[in-house]
Amino acid sequence: MAFEMKKPSRRQFLIASGLVGGGLMLGYAMSGPSRRERAAGATGTKGGEAMVTTWLKVSPDNIVTVYVPHADMGQGVITALAMMAAEEMEADWSLVRAERAPADLAFANDALRGFFLKDSSVPGMLQGVNQYAWYKVAEGMSLQITGGSSSVRFTGQSGMRHSGAAAKEMLVKAAAARWGVSASDCTASMSTVTGPAGQSATYGELAAEAAEYSPSATPKLKPRKDYTIVGTPKPRFDIPGKVDGSAKYGVDAEVPGMLHAAVKLAPVFGSTVVSYDASEVLKRRGVKQVVEFPAGVAVIADNFWRAKEAALALDVVFDTKGNEATSSETIFAAQAEAIAKGESEEDVEKGDAAAAFAAEGAEIVAGQYRVPYLAHACMEPMNCTVWIRDGKADVWVGSQDALGTRARVADVAGIDFDNVTVHSLLLGGGFGRRIPVRAGRSEFPSEIDWAVMIAKEVDAPVKLVYTREDDIQHDAYRPAVTSHLRAVIGPDGYPTAWENRYVYKDDPAEAAHIPYAVPNQSIRVVELPTEIPRGPWRSVAHTQHTFFSESFVDELAYRAGKDPFEYRRALLKDAPRHLAVLEKAAEMAGWGSKLPEGRYHGIAVQESFESIVAEVAEISIVDGQPRVHRVVAAVDCGEVIHPDTAAQQVESGIIYGLTAALYGEISIEGGAVAQTNFTDYEMLHLSETPEIEVHFMDSNAPIGGLGEPATPVVSAAVANAVYAATGNRVRQLPFKLHDLSTVSDKFAQAAD
Amino acid sequence: MSITLTVNGQRHELDVEPEMPLLWVLRDELGLTGTKFGCGVAACGACTVHVDGVAMRTCVTPVEAADGASITTIEGLAEASGAAPGELSALQAAWVAKQVPQCGYCQSGMLMAVSALLTENPQPTDEDIDAAITNVCRCGTYPRIRAAIRDVTAA
Repeated sequence: MAFEMKKPSRRQFLIASGLVGGGLMLGYAMSGPSRRERAAGATGTKGGEAMVTTWLKVSPDNIVTVYVPHADMGQGVITALAMMAAEEMEADWSLVRAERAPADLAFANDALRGFFLKDSSVPGMLQGVNQYAWYKVAEGMSLQITGGSSSVRFTGQSGMRHSGAAAKEMLVKAAAARWGVSASDCTASMSTVTGPAGQSATYGELAAEAAEYSPSATPKLKPRKDYTIVGTPKPRFDIPGKVDGSAKYGVDAEVPGMLHAAVKLAPVFGSTVVSYDASEVLKRRGVKQVVEFPAGVAVIADNFWRAKEAALALDVVFDTKGNEATSSETIFAAQAEAIAKGESEEDVEKGDAAAAFAAEGAEIVAGQYRVPYLAHACMEPMNCTVWIRDGKADVWVGSQDALGTRARVADVAGIDFDNVTVHSLLLGGGFGRRIPVRAGRSEFPSEIDWAVMIAKEVDAPVKLVYTREDDIQHDAYRPAVTSHLRAVIGPDGYPTAWENRYVYKDDPAEAAHIPYAVPNQSIRVVELPTEIPRGPWRSVAHTQHTFFSESFVDELAYRAGKDPFEYRRALLKDAPRHLAVLEKAAEMAGWGSKLPEGRYHGIAVQESFESIVAEVAEISIVDGQPRVHRVVAAVDCGEVIHPDTAAQQVESGIIYGLTAALYGEISIEGGAVAQTNFTDYEMLHLSETPEIEVHFMDSNAPIGGLGEPATPVVSAAVANAVYAATGNRVRQLPFKLHDLSTVSDKFAQAAD
Repeated sequence: MSITLTVNGQRHELDVEPEMPLLWVLRDELGLTGTKFGCGVAACGACTVHVDGVAMRTCVTPVEAADGASITTIEGLAEASGAAPGELSALQAAWVAKQVPQCGYCQSGMLMAVSALLTENPQPTDEDIDAAITNVCRCGTYPRIRAAIRDVTAA
């Protein structure tokens, strides 16, 4: 996606402010005091408190509140980011609170913006939102997005740490001035500054005076060895409300006078409403109104069940625009044809792959791979509550991008951005699904768009809730992708050339690249649009490309008669971080040692979102399907902020990826999704969950992402174990499509 | 038709359609949103509550089937388990200790299902747990759910 813009001339700097009554606020600013005032207004900061950054507030009662501009979908980011700020600030953790920042421009993710402007690779899935916001918002890019495993990497590293350190310096200066001593003779610890003669003052007592100082643009950060908060498993702030039923998700929004909406959506993508007869349903108890929108018809009632039952009963005629001819088969056939046609764009060209393949007597290995569409299937069905009146809109939603939601609602409602308020509620799962502009493509509208269109016609707040069937059949899917791989094998069994022809350049851009030392590479992409909505899905393009590349390199290892772990080791001799995680995972799994009867190992490694993950799966074959007993993961994500939530994210990523590998298939039939619910879009259960062991490397590498990188690796690790067990090379996911009960003849001979 | 429910110790007389699922009576009529809508077809267990002590998936349970019953939802679990006011049940405390929830959406149903299992079978084997806890969690908290159950059964 092309994305060009002028770089702003403004400098990013820290701002500070005191507030009436003594207190302190601190934040990064792009453009001066208006931003600071906005932050104070948006957080409801009252007299007696002040903020020292947009992201930190010190109250006179000595409570430090950290405002986190990201959605906590369960990845623990609210807690982890607060830890990073509190560490540098030398705050007493028991006096630290954290809140999700309001959807206001004052809380836009400057760190991510700064990162972007340094011409680094902001995850592409964010760029549509960036671009949109950049266009819409004169102040600059308004990023408040949670995606691309970016929260800790960007906001935490650049924002939280610096804000915390700057706040501490200001508090120490204030104490030194109060006592008439040198700041270098004062120490800050446990939310208290201590002076050389034993003077002592709490941060709360010093906050108002500290706000008189300008924050340093280059505050001194603590060396890692001095950390007391970061690197420890602090209990997450969000857990208590999630065990007693009090946590409020988007679907729990309650607004006085609120009505409920359920929809009848056109099953065939791209359809529009031709006609419908609402006379019967309008007589039903509780039904208030029927509203048409481009992709369907909504029933408005005083209770969701009444709305849903009426919507089910509604007879709607749709114009399918000829799209009913589209099926998974036609899509895959078109992909194979487009690849065969050979009109491709460069992704990687290195050495001279064409010559290597054309050389006389070249030993060529080929494998054609593909993966299907996947739905996200968040546990919380999609929903959005909207109230439009007097030229204003209020929105209650759980979103991965609250500011993007605000901009999108403004656009769809035709209301000024300043007159839209987003009330952020928890998300019952995100995984890339809850981003308002799907992969930056406005032609794939979402439930947020429908909710706004419906609310415009209703004289009350309206809560739109999708049924699970609506959710499965109207997602923005992980795209179905085909990859044709070839390699030239040298006399020593190692590849001299690697060729990949695949469809769809998705994000991150490097997903199809390989870490292996192959001198000649030709990786090229073919674009092929369809009307099936697509969007980011946990780890985005890595979900498909890790399966392709890591299965194919396994094929090459077996072709060479070499152990797949040793084969990768040899090819990774110039990639020390990859090599280290690979070796660690193999060691954890007991690679090469004798396994119990019927058990087999498979290994895979991938770098994504600047973290490197190697996994070894241990499987057996039960009723023709892989039964995964154990998965070990070695992870190099740089520094680990919160070891427990970090391990949770890896466990979670493995289970999410394993579910898709075993069962995940959205198929298109007649232009519509064939699956309906968890009954035919199956989920992994407790009983099928493998034992999972996670090890984090002691690494000084920059902080990498953790929400996604464990997900893509597991499909290849299991596929490679399936080959070890049966000699069947699975080149199409999910596994449930294959009967793996018989060992291939070729493999049986080879094993003899 | 008038339906009588006792929910978390409080009696309610309701004028609702008898076929309305108990889930929507709890959520939209009584405002008890801790019980979650997940699938509508009893496939995920997010809507699990106790009806006269038995775990039930309320998205497919017509309210008339619960007429006259005593119902415990996640909001009343601690009290029904004998915890002091403001305290958590031992099971909920184990959930906190093991930091089980991620997004948390399925956890009300998980806790209700596990609590019913442990009432019936205080020392379940791993196979008993596998068979009884068929609720879906998309964040993959399963390993910690098992660990938290083991915290309670070992106590």
